[in-house]
Amino acid sequence: MSGFTWVTQLIYVAAAACFVLGLHLMNNPASARRGNQISTGGMVIAVATTFAIIVHAGLISATGWAVMIAGALIGGGAGLYVARTVQMTAMPQLVSVFNAVGGGAAALVAIHDYVNLAGASAGVPEATTVTTLLDVLIGAVTFSGSIIAAGKLQGLINASPVQFPGSRAVNIAMAVIGIGAAIYLIVTPSVGVLIIVIVAALVFGVTMVMPIGGADMPVVISLLNAFTGTAVAMAGFVIGNWALIIAGALVGASGGILTKLMADAMNRSLRNIMIGGFGTGDAQVAVAGPAGDVRSTTADDAAIQLAYAQKVIIVPGYGLAAAQAQHQAAELAKVLEEHGVEVSYAIHPVAGRMPGHMNVLLAEANVPYPQLKEMDEINPEFPRADVALVVGANDVTNPAARRPGTAISGMPILDVDNAKTIIVIKRSMGHGYAGIDNELYTNPKTSMFFADAKSALTELTAAVKTLVG
Amino acid sequence: MTSTLLTDITIFVLAVLVGFEVISKVPATLHTPLMSAANSIHGIVLVGAMLIAVTAGNALGYVLAFIAAVFAAMNVVGGYVVTGRMLKMFHRRPVGAPDGRAAVSADGREGPA
Repeated sequence: MSGFTWVTQLIYVAAAACFVLGLHLMNNPASARRGNQISTGGMVIAVATTFAIIVHAGLISATGWAVMIAGALIGGGAGLYVARTVQMTAMPQLVSVFNAVGGGAAALVAIHDYVNLAGASAGVPEATTVTTLLDVLIGAVTFSGSIIAAGKLQGLINASPVQFPGSRAVNIAMAVIGIGAAIYLIVTPSVGVLIIVIVAALVFGVTMVMPIGGADMPVVISLLNAFTGTAVAMAGFVIGNWALIIAGALVGASGGILTKLMADAMNRSLRNIMIGGFGTGDAQVAVAGPAGDVRSTTADDAAIQLAYAQKVIIVPGYGLAAAQAQHQAAELAKVLEEHGVEVSYAIHPVAGRMPGHMNVLLAEANVPYPQLKEMDEINPEFPRADVALVVGANDVTNPAARRPGTAISGMPILDVDNAKTIIVIKRSMGHGYAGIDNELYTNPKTSMFFADAKSALTELTAAVKTLVG
Repeated sequence: MTSTLLTDITIFVLAVLVGFEVISKVPATLHTPLMSAANSIHGIVLVGAMLIAVTAGNALGYVLAFIAAVFAAMNVVGGYVVTGRMLKMFHRRPVGAPDGRAAVSADGREGPA
Protein backbone atom coordinates (compact mmCIF):
# COMPACT_ATOMS: atom_id res chain seq x y z
CA MET A 1 0.00 0.00 0.00
CA SER A 2 1.47 3.35 -1.00
CA GLY A 3 1.66 6.28 1.40
CA PHE A 4 -1.03 8.06 -0.58
CA THR A 5 -3.45 5.14 -0.24
CA TRP A 6 -2.78 5.01 3.49
CA VAL A 7 -3.65 8.65 3.93
CA THR A 8 -6.79 8.52 1.82
CA GLN A 9 -8.04 5.40 3.61
CA LEU A 10 -7.51 7.09 6.97
CA ILE A 11 -9.41 10.13 5.80
CA TYR A 12 -12.31 7.90 4.73
CA VAL A 13 -12.34 6.39 8.22
CA ALA A 14 -12.34 9.90 9.71
CA ALA A 15 -15.32 10.80 7.49
CA ALA A 16 -17.15 7.70 8.70
CA ALA A 17 -16.40 8.72 12.30
CA CYS A 18 -17.99 12.11 11.57
CA PHE A 19 -21.18 10.34 10.43
CA VAL A 20 -21.34 8.31 13.66
CA LEU A 21 -20.67 11.39 15.78
CA GLY A 22 -23.21 13.40 13.79
CA LEU A 23 -25.93 10.81 14.38
CA HIS A 24 -24.96 10.58 18.04
CA LEU A 25 -25.44 14.33 18.53
CA MET A 26 -28.95 13.98 17.12
CA ASN A 27 -30.14 12.63 20.48
CA ASN A 28 -30.74 16.14 21.85
CA PRO A 29 -32.43 19.06 20.08
CA ALA A 30 -29.77 21.42 21.42
CA SER A 31 -26.86 19.56 19.83
CA ALA A 32 -28.66 18.23 16.75
CA ARG A 33 -27.61 21.09 14.52
CA ARG A 34 -23.98 20.62 15.39
CA GLY A 35 -24.46 16.93 14.61
CA ASN A 36 -25.70 17.72 11.16
CA GLN A 37 -22.79 20.09 10.58
CA ILE A 38 -20.24 17.47 11.64
CA SER A 39 -21.92 14.94 9.37
CA THR A 40 -21.80 17.44 6.51
CA GLY A 41 -18.12 18.02 7.23
CA GLY A 42 -17.47 14.29 7.00
CA MET A 43 -19.24 14.19 3.66
CA VAL A 44 -17.22 17.12 2.31
CA ILE A 45 -13.87 15.57 3.21
CA ALA A 46 -14.94 12.18 1.80
CA VAL A 47 -15.86 13.79 -1.53
CA ALA A 48 -12.69 15.96 -1.56
CA THR A 49 -10.54 12.90 -0.88
CA THR A 50 -12.19 11.01 -3.71
CA PHE A 51 -11.43 13.96 -5.93
CA ALA A 52 -7.78 13.82 -4.87
CA ILE A 53 -7.65 10.08 -5.56
CA ILE A 54 -9.03 10.57 -9.05
CA VAL A 55 -6.54 13.34 -9.83
CA HIS A 56 -3.66 11.35 -8.32
CA ALA A 57 -4.46 8.23 -10.34
CA GLY A 58 -4.64 10.30 -13.51
CA LEU A 59 -6.65 7.61 -15.32
CA ILE A 60 -9.83 9.54 -15.93
CA SER A 61 -10.65 10.72 -19.45
CA ALA A 62 -11.80 14.22 -20.32
CA THR A 63 -15.27 12.81 -20.99
CA GLY A 64 -15.17 11.20 -17.56
CA TRP A 65 -14.49 14.55 -15.91
CA ALA A 66 -17.22 16.25 -17.93
CA VAL A 67 -19.76 13.55 -17.09
CA MET A 68 -18.90 13.58 -13.40
CA ILE A 69 -18.89 17.34 -12.93
CA ALA A 70 -21.97 18.04 -15.07
CA GLY A 71 -23.88 15.27 -13.27
CA ALA A 72 -22.88 16.51 -9.82
CA LEU A 73 -23.80 20.10 -10.65
CA ILE A 74 -27.19 19.21 -12.13
CA GLY A 75 -28.05 16.80 -9.32
CA GLY A 76 -26.71 19.10 -6.61
CA GLY A 77 -28.64 22.05 -8.00
CA ALA A 78 -31.87 20.07 -8.17
CA GLY A 79 -31.32 18.81 -4.60
CA LEU A 80 -30.63 22.30 -3.32
CA TYR A 81 -33.73 23.69 -5.02
CA VAL A 82 -36.18 21.13 -3.65
CA ALA A 83 -34.58 21.19 -0.19
CA ARG A 84 -35.02 24.96 0.01
CA THR A 85 -38.56 25.13 -1.35
CA VAL A 86 -40.26 22.01 0.02
CA GLN A 87 -43.16 22.48 2.46
CA MET A 88 -42.47 20.92 5.84
CA THR A 89 -45.68 18.91 5.51
CA ALA A 90 -44.17 17.28 2.41
CA MET A 91 -41.09 15.95 4.25
CA PRO A 92 -42.03 12.27 3.99
CA GLN A 93 -42.29 12.53 0.19
CA LEU A 94 -38.94 14.28 -0.03
CA VAL A 95 -37.22 11.63 2.08
CA SER A 96 -38.76 9.08 -0.24
CA VAL A 97 -37.44 10.84 -3.36
CA PHE A 98 -33.95 10.97 -1.84
CA ASN A 99 -34.24 7.25 -1.07
CA ALA A 100 -35.12 6.63 -4.70
CA VAL A 101 -32.14 8.53 -6.10
CA GLY A 102 -29.75 7.14 -3.47
CA GLY A 103 -30.84 3.56 -4.12
CA GLY A 104 -30.78 4.19 -7.87
CA ALA A 105 -27.23 5.56 -7.72
CA ALA A 106 -26.08 2.57 -5.66
CA ALA A 107 -27.62 0.17 -8.18
CA LEU A 108 -25.98 2.02 -11.08
CA VAL A 109 -22.55 1.77 -9.44
CA ALA A 110 -22.94 -2.00 -9.25
CA ILE A 111 -24.37 -2.31 -12.77
CA HIS A 112 -21.46 -0.33 -14.17
CA ASP A 113 -18.98 -2.45 -12.29
CA TYR A 114 -20.56 -5.67 -13.46
CA VAL A 115 -20.73 -4.62 -17.10
CA ASN A 116 -17.05 -3.63 -16.98
CA LEU A 117 -15.92 -6.88 -15.41
CA ALA A 118 -18.09 -9.02 -17.67
CA GLY A 119 -16.39 -7.37 -20.66
CA ALA A 120 -12.91 -8.10 -19.30
CA SER A 121 -11.28 -11.39 -20.23
CA ALA A 122 -10.68 -12.41 -16.60
CA GLY A 123 -14.44 -12.67 -15.99
CA VAL A 124 -16.22 -11.73 -12.78
CA PRO A 125 -14.91 -13.02 -9.45
CA GLU A 126 -17.64 -14.73 -7.43
CA ALA A 127 -17.34 -12.67 -4.25
CA THR A 128 -17.80 -9.51 -6.28
CA THR A 129 -20.81 -10.99 -8.05
CA VAL A 130 -22.70 -11.69 -4.82
CA THR A 131 -22.35 -8.16 -3.45
CA THR A 132 -22.90 -6.65 -6.89
CA LEU A 133 -26.13 -8.55 -7.34
CA LEU A 134 -27.35 -7.72 -3.84
CA ASP A 135 -26.64 -4.08 -4.60
CA VAL A 136 -28.53 -4.24 -7.91
CA LEU A 137 -31.51 -6.06 -6.37
CA ILE A 138 -31.87 -3.89 -3.27
CA GLY A 139 -31.06 -0.65 -5.10
CA ALA A 140 -33.56 -1.27 -7.91
CA VAL A 141 -36.36 -2.33 -5.54
CA THR A 142 -35.72 0.81 -3.48
CA PHE A 143 -35.70 3.01 -6.56
CA SER A 144 -39.07 1.99 -7.98
CA GLY A 145 -40.66 1.37 -4.56
CA SER A 146 -39.68 4.82 -3.27
CA ILE A 147 -41.05 6.54 -6.35
CA ILE A 148 -44.40 4.82 -5.84
CA ALA A 149 -44.35 5.69 -2.12
CA ALA A 150 -43.62 9.35 -2.83
CA GLY A 151 -46.36 9.40 -5.50
CA LYS A 152 -48.89 7.99 -3.06
CA LEU A 153 -48.05 10.53 -0.37
CA GLN A 154 -48.11 13.39 -2.84
CA GLY A 155 -51.49 12.20 -4.13
CA LEU A 156 -50.20 11.54 -7.66
CA ILE A 157 -50.96 7.85 -7.30
CA ASN A 158 -54.08 6.39 -5.70
CA ALA A 159 -53.20 6.25 -2.01
CA SER A 160 -55.57 3.43 -1.19
CA PRO A 161 -54.27 -0.11 -1.35
CA VAL A 162 -54.21 -1.20 -5.00
CA GLN A 163 -54.70 -4.90 -5.37
CA PHE A 164 -55.93 -7.06 -8.19
CA PRO A 165 -56.61 -10.79 -8.33
CA GLY A 166 -53.27 -12.55 -8.47
CA SER A 167 -51.26 -9.46 -7.48
CA ARG A 168 -49.59 -11.43 -4.74
CA ALA A 169 -48.68 -14.12 -7.30
CA VAL A 170 -47.08 -11.47 -9.57
CA ASN A 171 -45.14 -10.23 -6.58
CA ILE A 172 -43.82 -13.66 -5.69
CA ALA A 173 -43.07 -14.42 -9.35
CA MET A 174 -40.96 -11.26 -9.62
CA ALA A 175 -39.04 -12.13 -6.48
CA VAL A 176 -38.40 -15.65 -7.76
CA ILE A 177 -37.31 -14.43 -11.20
CA GLY A 178 -35.05 -11.73 -9.75
CA ILE A 179 -33.35 -13.96 -7.21
CA GLY A 180 -33.22 -16.96 -9.56
CA ALA A 181 -31.60 -14.93 -12.33
CA ALA A 182 -29.18 -13.46 -9.81
CA ILE A 183 -28.10 -16.93 -8.69
CA TYR A 184 -27.66 -17.97 -12.33
CA LEU A 185 -25.38 -14.94 -12.80
CA ILE A 186 -23.07 -16.01 -9.99
CA VAL A 187 -22.26 -19.12 -12.00
CA THR A 188 -22.46 -17.68 -15.53
CA PRO A 189 -21.64 -14.02 -16.11
CA SER A 190 -24.07 -12.49 -18.63
CA VAL A 191 -25.14 -8.90 -19.17
CA GLY A 192 -28.44 -10.04 -20.71
CA VAL A 193 -29.43 -11.90 -17.56
CA LEU A 194 -28.37 -8.90 -15.49
CA ILE A 195 -31.02 -6.88 -17.33
CA ILE A 196 -33.62 -9.48 -16.36
CA VAL A 197 -32.54 -9.09 -12.72
CA ILE A 198 -32.87 -5.30 -12.95
CA VAL A 199 -36.32 -5.38 -14.56
CA ALA A 200 -37.64 -7.99 -12.11
CA ALA A 201 -36.37 -5.93 -9.17
CA LEU A 202 -37.94 -2.75 -10.52
CA VAL A 203 -41.31 -4.43 -11.04
CA PHE A 204 -41.07 -6.00 -7.59
CA GLY A 205 -40.54 -2.55 -6.05
CA VAL A 206 -43.78 -1.35 -7.66
CA THR A 207 -45.86 -4.41 -6.78
CA MET A 208 -44.49 -4.37 -3.24
CA VAL A 209 -45.61 -0.79 -2.48
CA MET A 210 -48.84 -0.53 -4.52
CA PRO A 211 -50.97 -2.70 -2.17
CA ILE A 212 -49.91 -0.66 0.89
CA GLY A 213 -52.26 2.10 2.02
CA GLY A 214 -51.26 5.74 2.41
CA ALA A 215 -51.48 5.62 6.20
CA ASP A 216 -48.76 3.00 6.39
CA MET A 217 -46.56 4.73 3.86
CA PRO A 218 -44.26 6.47 6.39
CA VAL A 219 -43.30 3.09 7.81
CA VAL A 220 -42.58 1.89 4.28
CA ILE A 221 -40.43 4.96 3.62
CA SER A 222 -38.43 4.29 6.76
CA LEU A 223 -37.97 0.70 5.60
CA LEU A 224 -36.86 1.87 2.15
CA ASN A 225 -34.41 4.23 3.87
CA ALA A 226 -32.88 1.18 5.54
CA PHE A 227 -32.84 -0.58 2.13
CA THR A 228 -31.00 2.34 0.55
CA GLY A 229 -28.40 2.25 3.31
CA THR A 230 -27.88 -1.45 2.75
CA ALA A 231 -27.61 -0.96 -1.02
CA VAL A 232 -24.96 1.74 -0.46
CA ALA A 233 -23.03 -0.57 1.87
CA MET A 234 -23.12 -3.24 -0.87
CA ALA A 235 -21.84 -0.64 -3.34
CA GLY A 236 -18.99 -0.14 -0.84
CA PHE A 237 -18.15 -3.85 -1.09
CA VAL A 238 -18.27 -3.63 -4.90
CA ILE A 239 -15.83 -0.74 -5.22
CA GLY A 240 -13.86 -1.63 -2.07
CA ASN A 241 -14.54 1.56 -0.16
CA TRP A 242 -14.87 1.62 3.63
CA ALA A 243 -16.62 4.95 3.82
CA LEU A 244 -19.52 3.54 1.79
CA ILE A 245 -19.62 0.34 3.82
CA ILE A 246 -19.68 2.12 7.18
CA ALA A 247 -22.11 4.89 6.17
CA GLY A 248 -24.43 2.42 4.43
CA ALA A 249 -24.43 0.04 7.39
CA LEU A 250 -25.17 2.92 9.79
CA VAL A 251 -28.16 3.99 7.75
CA GLY A 252 -29.33 0.43 7.28
CA ALA A 253 -29.29 -0.15 11.04
CA SER A 254 -30.82 3.19 11.99
CA GLY A 255 -33.53 2.84 9.34
CA GLY A 256 -34.33 -0.61 10.68
CA ILE A 257 -34.74 0.66 14.25
CA LEU A 258 -36.83 3.64 13.21
CA THR A 259 -39.09 1.36 11.18
CA LYS A 260 -39.69 -0.81 14.21
CA LEU A 261 -40.34 2.18 16.51
CA MET A 262 -42.86 3.53 14.01
CA ALA A 263 -44.66 0.25 13.50
CA ASP A 264 -44.88 -0.25 17.29
CA ALA A 265 -46.29 3.23 17.83
CA MET A 266 -48.99 2.55 15.25
CA ASN A 267 -49.68 -0.84 16.78
CA ARG A 268 -48.97 -2.50 13.42
CA SER A 269 -46.60 -5.33 12.76
CA LEU A 270 -44.31 -4.98 9.79
CA ARG A 271 -45.76 -8.18 8.41
CA ASN A 272 -49.28 -6.73 8.48
CA ILE A 273 -48.14 -3.58 6.74
CA MET A 274 -46.31 -5.41 3.98
CA ILE A 275 -49.24 -7.72 3.33
CA GLY A 276 -51.23 -4.56 2.90
CA GLY A 277 -54.86 -3.74 2.37
CA PHE A 278 -55.38 -1.87 5.64
CA GLY A 279 -54.22 1.73 5.52
CA THR A 280 -57.25 3.79 4.52
CA GLY A 281 -60.09 2.99 6.84
CA ASP A 282 -62.90 4.03 4.50
CA ALA A 283 -63.19 0.55 3.03
CA GLN A 284 -63.52 -0.95 6.49
CA VAL A 285 -66.60 -1.88 8.47
CA ALA A 286 -69.13 0.89 8.82
CA VAL A 287 -70.40 -0.18 12.23
CA ALA A 288 -73.91 1.24 12.67
CA GLY A 289 -73.35 4.99 13.00
CA PRO A 290 -72.11 6.83 16.06
CA ALA A 291 -73.20 4.92 19.14
CA GLY A 292 -74.31 7.72 21.41
CA ASP A 293 -75.05 11.40 21.48
CA VAL A 294 -72.57 13.85 20.10
CA ARG A 295 -72.57 17.38 21.44
CA SER A 296 -71.47 20.04 19.00
CA THR A 297 -70.19 23.45 19.96
CA THR A 298 -69.42 26.83 18.41
CA ALA A 299 -66.30 28.99 18.35
CA ASP A 300 -67.72 31.36 20.98
CA ASP A 301 -68.60 28.64 23.48
CA ALA A 302 -65.29 26.88 22.98
CA ALA A 303 -63.45 30.20 23.40
CA ILE A 304 -65.11 30.74 26.78
CA GLN A 305 -63.97 27.30 27.95
CA LEU A 306 -60.43 28.02 26.79
CA ALA A 307 -60.17 31.57 28.13
CA TYR A 308 -61.30 30.60 31.64
CA ALA A 309 -59.09 27.53 31.88
CA GLN A 310 -55.94 27.36 33.98
CA LYS A 311 -54.33 24.63 31.96
CA VAL A 312 -54.93 23.71 28.33
CA ILE A 313 -53.36 20.78 26.51
CA ILE A 314 -53.42 20.93 22.72
CA VAL A 315 -53.45 17.53 21.00
CA PRO A 316 -52.44 18.01 17.37
CA GLY A 317 -52.92 15.20 14.86
CA TYR A 318 -52.73 14.44 11.19
CA GLY A 319 -55.73 16.70 10.45
CA LEU A 320 -53.73 19.70 11.65
CA ALA A 321 -50.82 18.79 9.40
CA ALA A 322 -53.11 18.18 6.43
CA ALA A 323 -54.79 21.57 6.88
CA GLN A 324 -51.35 23.21 7.38
CA ALA A 325 -52.83 24.73 10.53
CA GLN A 326 -49.68 24.60 12.70
CA HIS A 327 -49.27 28.39 12.61
CA GLN A 328 -52.90 28.95 13.66
CA ALA A 329 -52.47 26.51 16.57
CA ALA A 330 -49.34 28.34 17.71
CA GLU A 331 -51.18 31.65 17.42
CA LEU A 332 -54.04 30.45 19.62
CA ALA A 333 -51.58 29.09 22.18
CA LYS A 334 -49.79 32.43 22.24
CA VAL A 335 -52.99 34.38 22.88
CA LEU A 336 -53.95 32.01 25.69
CA GLU A 337 -50.52 32.22 27.27
CA GLU A 338 -50.61 36.00 27.27
CA HIS A 339 -53.87 35.67 29.15
CA GLY A 340 -52.09 33.55 31.77
CA VAL A 341 -53.29 30.11 30.66
CA GLU A 342 -50.72 27.31 30.89
CA VAL A 343 -50.49 25.70 27.45
CA SER A 344 -48.63 22.58 26.41
CA TYR A 345 -48.81 20.23 23.44
CA ALA A 346 -49.30 16.48 23.70
CA ILE A 347 -47.39 14.77 20.92
CA HIS A 348 -48.20 11.16 20.13
CA PRO A 349 -45.20 9.28 18.72
CA VAL A 350 -46.85 9.06 15.29
CA ALA A 351 -48.63 12.42 15.22
CA GLY A 352 -48.40 13.94 11.76
CA ARG A 353 -47.24 11.73 8.95
CA MET A 354 -44.20 10.18 10.52
CA PRO A 355 -42.61 9.99 13.98
CA GLY A 356 -41.47 13.41 15.08
CA HIS A 357 -43.13 15.09 12.11
CA MET A 358 -45.47 17.10 14.33
CA ASN A 359 -42.47 18.42 16.26
CA VAL A 360 -41.00 19.71 13.02
CA LEU A 361 -44.27 21.33 11.96
CA LEU A 362 -44.72 23.06 15.32
CA ALA A 363 -41.06 24.09 15.38
CA GLU A 364 -41.71 25.71 12.01
CA ALA A 365 -44.53 27.68 13.66
CA ASN A 366 -42.04 28.90 16.31
CA VAL A 367 -43.32 26.75 19.16
CA PRO A 368 -40.43 26.25 21.61
CA TYR A 369 -39.63 22.53 21.88
CA PRO A 370 -39.84 22.32 25.72
CA GLN A 371 -43.62 22.98 25.33
CA LEU A 372 -43.97 19.82 23.24
CA LYS A 373 -44.53 16.92 25.59
CA GLU A 374 -44.08 13.30 24.60
CA MET A 375 -46.84 10.82 25.41
CA ASP A 376 -45.35 9.32 28.59
CA GLU A 377 -44.63 12.76 29.98
CA ILE A 378 -48.03 14.34 29.26
CA ASN A 379 -50.39 11.47 30.09
CA PRO A 380 -50.21 12.01 33.90
CA GLU A 381 -50.99 15.71 33.32
CA PHE A 382 -54.36 15.23 31.59
CA PRO A 383 -56.37 14.94 34.85
CA ARG A 384 -55.11 18.42 35.79
CA ALA A 385 -56.04 19.94 32.43
CA ASP A 386 -59.22 22.03 32.33
CA VAL A 387 -59.46 21.69 28.56
CA ALA A 388 -57.91 19.25 26.14
CA LEU A 389 -58.14 20.69 22.63
CA VAL A 390 -57.90 17.90 20.08
CA VAL A 391 -57.12 19.18 16.59
CA GLY A 392 -57.46 16.59 13.86
CA ALA A 393 -56.26 13.66 15.95
CA ASN A 394 -58.39 10.54 15.98
CA ASP A 395 -57.25 6.99 16.67
CA VAL A 396 -54.45 8.05 19.01
CA THR A 397 -57.06 9.48 21.41
CA ASN A 398 -59.56 6.61 21.28
CA PRO A 399 -60.07 5.04 24.72
CA ALA A 400 -61.22 1.85 22.97
CA ALA A 401 -57.52 1.02 22.63
CA ARG A 402 -57.46 0.11 26.33
CA ARG A 403 -60.01 -2.69 25.79
CA PRO A 404 -59.19 -5.92 24.03
CA GLY A 405 -61.05 -6.85 20.86
CA THR A 406 -60.92 -3.62 18.83
CA ALA A 407 -58.84 -2.78 15.76
CA ILE A 408 -56.58 -0.58 17.87
CA SER A 409 -56.43 -2.63 21.08
CA GLY A 410 -53.05 -2.29 22.72
CA MET A 411 -52.05 0.80 20.78
CA PRO A 412 -50.48 3.37 23.08
CA ILE A 413 -52.84 6.37 23.26
CA LEU A 414 -52.98 9.84 24.78
CA ASP A 415 -55.26 9.81 27.84
CA VAL A 416 -57.30 12.75 26.58
CA ASP A 417 -60.49 11.43 28.20
CA ASN A 418 -58.96 12.15 31.63
CA ALA A 419 -59.10 15.90 31.05
CA LYS A 420 -61.90 17.85 32.77
CA THR A 421 -63.41 18.93 29.45
CA ILE A 422 -62.55 18.08 25.89
CA ILE A 423 -63.00 20.06 22.69
CA VAL A 424 -62.49 18.22 19.42
CA ILE A 425 -61.94 20.12 16.18
CA LYS A 426 -62.74 17.82 13.30
CA ARG A 427 -64.32 18.14 9.90
CA SER A 428 -66.82 15.32 10.35
CA MET A 429 -67.53 12.21 12.35
CA GLY A 430 -65.43 10.30 9.82
CA HIS A 431 -63.21 7.45 10.91
CA GLY A 432 -59.46 7.45 11.34
CA TYR A 433 -57.11 4.92 9.73
CA ALA A 434 -58.35 2.14 11.95
CA GLY A 435 -61.91 2.59 10.61
CA ILE A 436 -63.65 2.49 13.99
CA ASP A 437 -65.76 4.96 16.00
CA ASN A 438 -63.85 7.09 18.45
CA GLU A 439 -65.47 6.70 21.88
CA LEU A 440 -63.94 9.98 22.95
CA TYR A 441 -66.40 11.85 20.73
CA THR A 442 -69.44 10.46 22.56
CA ASN A 443 -67.95 11.10 26.00
CA PRO A 444 -70.28 13.47 27.94
CA LYS A 445 -67.30 15.74 28.67
CA THR A 446 -66.61 16.19 24.97
CA SER A 447 -67.95 18.85 22.65
CA MET A 448 -67.29 18.67 18.92
CA PHE A 449 -66.40 21.70 16.84
CA PHE A 450 -67.06 20.63 13.26
CA ALA A 451 -64.79 22.64 10.97
CA ASP A 452 -61.57 22.55 9.04
CA ALA A 453 -58.62 22.81 11.45
CA LYS A 454 -57.29 26.01 9.97
CA SER A 455 -60.51 28.04 9.92
CA ALA A 456 -61.62 26.62 13.29
CA LEU A 457 -58.41 27.71 14.98
CA THR A 458 -58.56 31.14 13.36
CA GLU A 459 -62.15 31.61 14.57
CA LEU A 460 -61.25 30.37 18.05
CA THR A 461 -58.31 32.75 18.30
CA ALA A 462 -60.48 35.68 17.24
CA ALA A 463 -63.17 34.70 19.74
CA VAL A 464 -60.66 34.33 22.58
CA LYS A 465 -59.17 37.72 21.71
CA THR A 466 -62.56 39.47 21.98
CA LEU A 467 -63.14 37.77 25.35
CA VAL A 468 -59.85 38.67 26.92
CA GLY A 469 -59.00 41.82 25.00
CA MET B 1 -9.22 -11.35 -2.14
CA THR B 2 -10.89 -13.35 0.61
CA SER B 3 -9.08 -11.50 3.37
CA THR B 4 -10.26 -8.18 1.87
CA LEU B 5 -13.81 -9.50 1.81
CA LEU B 6 -13.47 -10.67 5.39
CA THR B 7 -12.26 -7.22 6.48
CA ASP B 8 -15.16 -5.60 4.63
CA ILE B 9 -17.69 -7.90 6.28
CA THR B 10 -16.18 -7.22 9.71
CA ILE B 11 -16.45 -3.48 9.17
CA PHE B 12 -20.02 -3.86 7.92
CA VAL B 13 -21.17 -5.88 10.93
CA LEU B 14 -19.53 -3.56 13.45
CA ALA B 15 -21.00 -0.49 11.73
CA VAL B 16 -24.49 -2.04 11.89
CA LEU B 17 -24.08 -2.54 15.63
CA VAL B 18 -22.86 1.03 16.08
CA GLY B 19 -25.91 2.18 14.11
CA PHE B 20 -28.31 0.33 16.43
CA GLU B 21 -26.56 1.69 19.50
CA VAL B 22 -26.41 5.32 18.36
CA ILE B 23 -30.00 5.54 17.13
CA SER B 24 -31.89 3.82 19.91
CA LYS B 25 -31.24 6.79 22.23
CA VAL B 26 -32.75 9.48 19.99
CA PRO B 27 -36.04 10.90 21.38
CA ALA B 28 -39.21 10.77 19.25
CA THR B 29 -39.05 14.57 18.91
CA LEU B 30 -36.11 14.21 16.57
CA HIS B 31 -37.18 11.16 14.60
CA THR B 32 -38.08 13.07 11.45
CA PRO B 33 -34.82 15.06 11.35
CA LEU B 34 -33.02 11.81 12.19
CA MET B 35 -34.55 10.00 9.24
CA SER B 36 -33.59 12.94 7.07
CA ALA B 37 -30.04 12.93 8.46
CA ALA B 38 -29.65 9.20 7.83
CA ASN B 39 -31.08 9.89 4.41
CA SER B 40 -28.32 12.40 3.64
CA ILE B 41 -25.61 10.06 4.92
CA HIS B 42 -26.46 7.47 2.29
CA GLY B 43 -25.58 10.22 -0.17
CA ILE B 44 -22.00 8.96 0.37
CA VAL B 45 -22.81 6.88 -2.71
CA LEU B 46 -21.64 10.04 -4.53
CA VAL B 47 -18.10 8.77 -3.87
CA GLY B 48 -18.99 5.58 -5.74
CA ALA B 49 -20.59 7.56 -8.56
CA MET B 50 -17.41 9.64 -8.92
CA LEU B 51 -15.20 6.57 -9.03
CA ILE B 52 -17.18 4.87 -11.79
CA ALA B 53 -16.65 7.94 -13.99
CA VAL B 54 -12.96 6.94 -13.89
CA THR B 55 -13.44 3.38 -15.05
CA ALA B 56 -16.09 4.23 -17.65
CA GLY B 57 -14.73 3.61 -21.13
CA ASN B 58 -17.69 3.60 -23.51
CA ALA B 59 -20.95 5.42 -24.10
CA LEU B 60 -22.94 3.10 -21.83
CA GLY B 61 -20.38 3.57 -19.07
CA TYR B 62 -20.58 7.34 -19.35
CA VAL B 63 -24.37 7.34 -19.34
CA LEU B 64 -24.44 5.18 -16.20
CA ALA B 65 -21.81 7.36 -14.52
CA PHE B 66 -23.69 10.53 -15.42
CA ILE B 67 -27.05 9.34 -14.08
CA ALA B 68 -25.39 8.00 -10.94
CA ALA B 69 -23.68 11.36 -10.38
CA VAL B 70 -26.96 13.27 -10.82
CA PHE B 71 -28.83 10.95 -8.43
CA ALA B 72 -26.14 10.85 -5.77
CA ALA B 73 -25.47 14.60 -5.81
CA MET B 74 -29.19 15.29 -5.49
CA ASN B 75 -29.37 12.92 -2.52
CA VAL B 76 -26.39 14.36 -0.70
CA VAL B 77 -26.97 18.10 -1.27
CA GLY B 78 -30.74 18.00 -0.80
CA GLY B 79 -30.51 15.73 2.23
CA TYR B 80 -28.10 17.90 4.18
CA VAL B 81 -29.77 21.18 3.28
CA VAL B 82 -33.26 20.06 4.27
CA THR B 83 -32.00 18.48 7.52
CA GLY B 84 -30.25 21.73 8.40
CA ARG B 85 -33.37 23.70 7.53
CA MET B 86 -35.48 21.53 9.81
CA LEU B 87 -33.09 21.63 12.76
CA LYS B 88 -32.73 25.39 12.50
CA MET B 89 -36.41 25.68 13.44
CA PHE B 90 -36.03 23.93 16.79
CA HIS B 91 -35.87 26.57 19.52
CA ARG B 92 -35.82 26.27 23.25
CA ARG B 93 -37.56 29.68 23.59
CA PRO B 94 -39.87 31.66 21.34
CA VAL B 95 -37.90 33.49 18.68
CA GLY B 96 -37.13 37.09 19.65
CA ALA B 97 -37.79 36.55 23.35
CA PRO B 98 -34.35 36.47 24.95
CA ASP B 99 -35.64 36.11 28.49
CA GLY B 100 -37.79 33.07 27.83
CA ARG B 101 -41.49 32.92 28.51
CA ALA B 102 -43.67 34.24 25.71
CA ALA B 103 -42.56 37.85 25.65
CA VAL B 104 -44.43 38.73 22.51
CA SER B 105 -45.96 41.91 21.24
CA ALA B 106 -49.54 42.66 22.18
CA ASP B 107 -51.02 41.63 18.86
CA GLY B 108 -49.31 38.28 19.23
CA ARG B 109 -47.98 38.29 15.69
CA GLU B 110 -44.38 37.58 15.12
CA GLY B 111 -42.33 35.17 13.15
CA PRO B 112 -43.61 33.66 9.91
CA ALA B 113 -47.35 33.16 9.78
